[in-house]
Amino acid sequence: MADLVIELVSEEIPARMQAAAGRDLARLVQAALTTLGVWGENSTATGLCAPRHLLAYVTDITASQPDRVVEKRGPRVDAPEAAINGFLSSAGLTRYELVEEDTPKGRFFFARSEIAGVNTAQLLAPVITDILTHFPWPKSQRWGAAKFRWVRPLHRINVLFDGKPIGGTLDLGGGSAIQFGATSCGHYFEVPADIDLIGVRSLDDVKARLRAGYVMLDQDERHAAIIDGAKALAETYSCHINEAQLGSYLHDISGLVEWPTPLLGKIEDRFMLLPPELLQTTIATHQKYITLSDANGAFSPYFILLSNRLAEAARDQVIVAGNQRVLRARLADAEFFWQQDQTRPLDSYLPSLGEVTFYEGLGSILDKANRMEGFASAIAQHMPAVDIAASVRAARLAKADLVTGMVGEFPELQGIMGGYYAAAGGEDTAVCAAITAHYRPQGPADDLPPTPEAMVVALADKIDTLVGFFGIGAKPTGSKDPFALRRAALGVIRIIVDAKLTIPLGKILDEAAKGYGFAAVDADLLPFIRDRLRGYLRDQNMRHDVVAAALAGDDGDDVCLMAARAVALAGFLEAADGSGLMAGWRRVSSILAAEEKKAKTSFAAACDPALFTPIEKDLFVPLSTMPANAGTIDAQLAALGALRSPIDVFFDKIVVNDDDPAIRLNRLGLLAMIREKMLSVADFTKIEG
Amino acid sequence: MPTSPSDEIRTDFQSIILNLQRHWAQQGAVVLQPYDMEVGAGTFHPATTLRALGPDEVWRAAYVQPSRRPSDGRYGENPNRMQHFYQFQVIFKPSPADSQALYLDSLKAIGLDPAKHDIRFVEDDWESPTLGAWGLGWEVWCDGMEISQFTYFQQVGGIECNPVPLELTYGLERLAMYIQGVENVYDLDWDGVSAEDGGKTYGDIFKRAEVEFSGWNFEQADTDMLLGHFRDAEAECGRLLALETPLALPAYDQCMKASHLFNMLDARGVISVTERAAYIGRVRSLAKGCCEAWMGLAESSTNG
Repeated sequence: MADLVIELVSEEIPARMQAAAGRDLARLVQAALTTLGVWGENSTATGLCAPRHLLAYVTDITASQPDRVVEKRGPRVDAPEAAINGFLSSAGLTRYELVEEDTPKGRFFFARSEIAGVNTAQLLAPVITDILTHFPWPKSQRWGAAKFRWVRPLHRINVLFDGKPIGGTLDLGGGSAIQFGATSCGHYFEVPADIDLIGVRSLDDVKARLRAGYVMLDQDERHAAIIDGAKALAETYSCHINEAQLGSYLHDISGLVEWPTPLLGKIEDRFMLLPPELLQTTIATHQKYITLSDANGAFSPYFILLSNRLAEAARDQVIVAGNQRVLRARLADAEFFWQQDQTRPLDSYLPSLGEVTFYEGLGSILDKANRMEGFASAIAQHMPAVDIAASVRAARLAKADLVTGMVGEFPELQGIMGGYYAAAGGEDTAVCAAITAHYRPQGPADDLPPTPEAMVVALADKIDTLVGFFGIGAKPTGSKDPFALRRAALGVIRIIVDAKLTIPLGKILDEAAKGYGFAAVDADLLPFIRDRLRGYLRDQNMRHDVVAAALAGDDGDDVCLMAARAVALAGFLEAADGSGLMAGWRRVSSILAAEEKKAKTSFAAACDPALFTPIEKDLFVPLSTMPANAGTIDAQLAALGALRSPIDVFFDKIVVNDDDPAIRLNRLGLLAMIREKMLSVADFTKIEG
Repeated sequence: MPTSPSDEIRTDFQSIILNLQRHWAQQGAVVLQPYDMEVGAGTFHPATTLRALGPDEVWRAAYVQPSRRPSDGRYGENPNRMQHFYQFQVIFKPSPADSQALYLDSLKAIGLDPAKHDIRFVEDDWESPTLGAWGLGWEVWCDGMEISQFTYFQQVGGIECNPVPLELTYGLERLAMYIQGVENVYDLDWDGVSAEDGGKTYGDIFKRAEVEFSGWNFEQADTDMLLGHFRDAEAECGRLLALETPLALPAYDQCMKASHLFNMLDARGVISVTERAAYIGRVRSLAKGCCEAWMGLAESSTNG
């Protein structure tokens, strides 16, 4: 058993490709070693990637291939001499070396030869050059006169087996080649000397040798160094980092450094007057610095940047000053837009929305704003505790910030800037809050709009989009959903369900269609929304068969009621009465199915009480007095639950197939009544198990 | 001053250019002068576009190129953006094995010692839709600021580059602002001569041009005339390429003209989003034709 190291040194690998490159190299090496037959029981393969180093470390592979027996079947033993001689010469054997063996097809000659396994070390070079030649980079390039492609120019290929270098050559084409070696290199600017890999004994050993050259090979180690370093630095200024938010771009920044050194920067006082969302976007999203919160949770003027150099006070000062300079230019731009945009009230931007196309055939953004304003009150009427006038005003202004300089430069601040600008122009706080939050929820994990007015505008915006795109036939197909209509529909559903709104969605869609001048709402839209509701409920960990049973046959538009029905049914089936009832239901439906098949007819849900025994009467009475589809879903399910015990007693004491055909038919009618009542509440045929 | 250039390295704008020219001349580059036409980037210079393809197996050149981007004009009011600025362009074919080291040495030559800064190579793939060209490489950061583009060309005019050239583009104003520690481009010291002695800043030389050209680019340029010029340049380029012996270089001049006229029309706001792609396609097919004619592949160039 021995370990294998493959290390590749290239020019800087794009940060976004590093993690996958490590995984791919480990996977490909493992596959190749398995094919060679040297991947052992305890073998492991680890792939690591830093900006200029890509490494696979494989443990416990066998030092040589196992010996193999190769067997080749020859002619039958009674075959003509010529055939046997032909086989002998092709196998390079004499007659005495053949064995005879019986097979189901008769007795045949076999040639068996033992092939001694080759030393693993001798097999590696061609396998490695093959992996490199076919490596799955998302994008690759040529360089110099070479024909070979790699993500960026490749300079060194180090291969060691059992700590010893393995010879080999990668032909790059165009007259150039890379000889395999055993010498890595350290940090580009810190360590000019080479790093010898001969004698490496473990992955930790490789990491340590590179670490001595100021290269942290392991991305996890770089992550930890960044987070720990940033935390410690933040603490000295009584601040803390937002680890969750940092997680979204930690890969990007850790892929740009071999040796991360966190340094503290400071935002100039004048920029602290800008909205925190704007500071956050500029500093974290665009500049990829780490923002901090102070002890009170407020946005701190301090931030952390990463240097790729060893700490050194004088140089660090230059690096911080340079980075602050870049940030200053960015924030000065933002400040310019912030001041410029506010020289006019928000509603003065509305006319310019007329020049921005919403979508070909669906008019301008101004048309959209007019439509949203037009039917916002139709939605607001069904919203509890809402300020209708504020909702309508917010619907009108919601899109105005799209033509401000700031949102032109920072599109991700749409809505948020509108909220600020509306406030600066003296709009009502309810209007401002509604503008701010009307794009929510932007995904399954995003928060809902927090105020009733914001919900109205959010619904108006999403419903307008859905009705419009469906109206011109631009519907999602398969995995393609270029206008994010699924997300819009999910947003509508989440708002309605979470806020428990009883809202005539069909009528609201009609209102939205009028705004476009459509004759009617596209027939596929409501079914699409119901389908998204099923998806939403399944995402809430609800069983798919329960969702199907609760929503089957419902062609209504009361999203809240449908969701409530699914929740209630799920709860009912979990409880004793529900699960017990299901046992009875299975007997009812299987008896009816069998008898109806025989009789080639379906039994009417009717019976003659005169023919009943008392036990049947105990079942019949609650069945026949149960009101049809009345009350809440909970009441309906409770009524069904009350049938559980009479059904159990019925099956316990009564034989359906009575000798008297009239009694038998009467009993089948009673079962049909059970079926009718149950199916009127939910489609229990869909429940599995 | 964020940096401390050694005493003998001058940091005025013209010295930065002189030092880059001297450095790259020492590396074996032919030092050329700017091409005498309006172009959007140094890459358009035939010394890059056409020579990246051939015929020489070895081609090393360095030059300054004024770049015109009409829509970036800000009437001289923005400290960082101009409709006219300078790029220092280096093309080395085949790309040397020590390309990165050569580049870093050039920074030393202009007083930016990599040992005293944090230099990074950050993924930035380059593509020029009008030239039908692309390459892989990085933008180079110095202390968080982008100071150069570093690209291994893969294709130009839709033709594979073989061998592969290295292209370096230094944004001279930005680089000089950092080296001089200046926040506004118009405050750059151009010549290292004090104001009392008649020394000039960047603003002394170019501010008025920025104001006037912004006015022309955005407000005054006669769009019917520009459209006419565009069509003329396109037609002439096509005609020269269709000759029995195509005239590749004059045709390419017309292609550069068409490209700049398109940028002017764009700045005047008369090209809609849908038309934009079509215009870019028209310029690209001219560029493709020119590259094919330059390489003697003219027979396939007429309906590009």
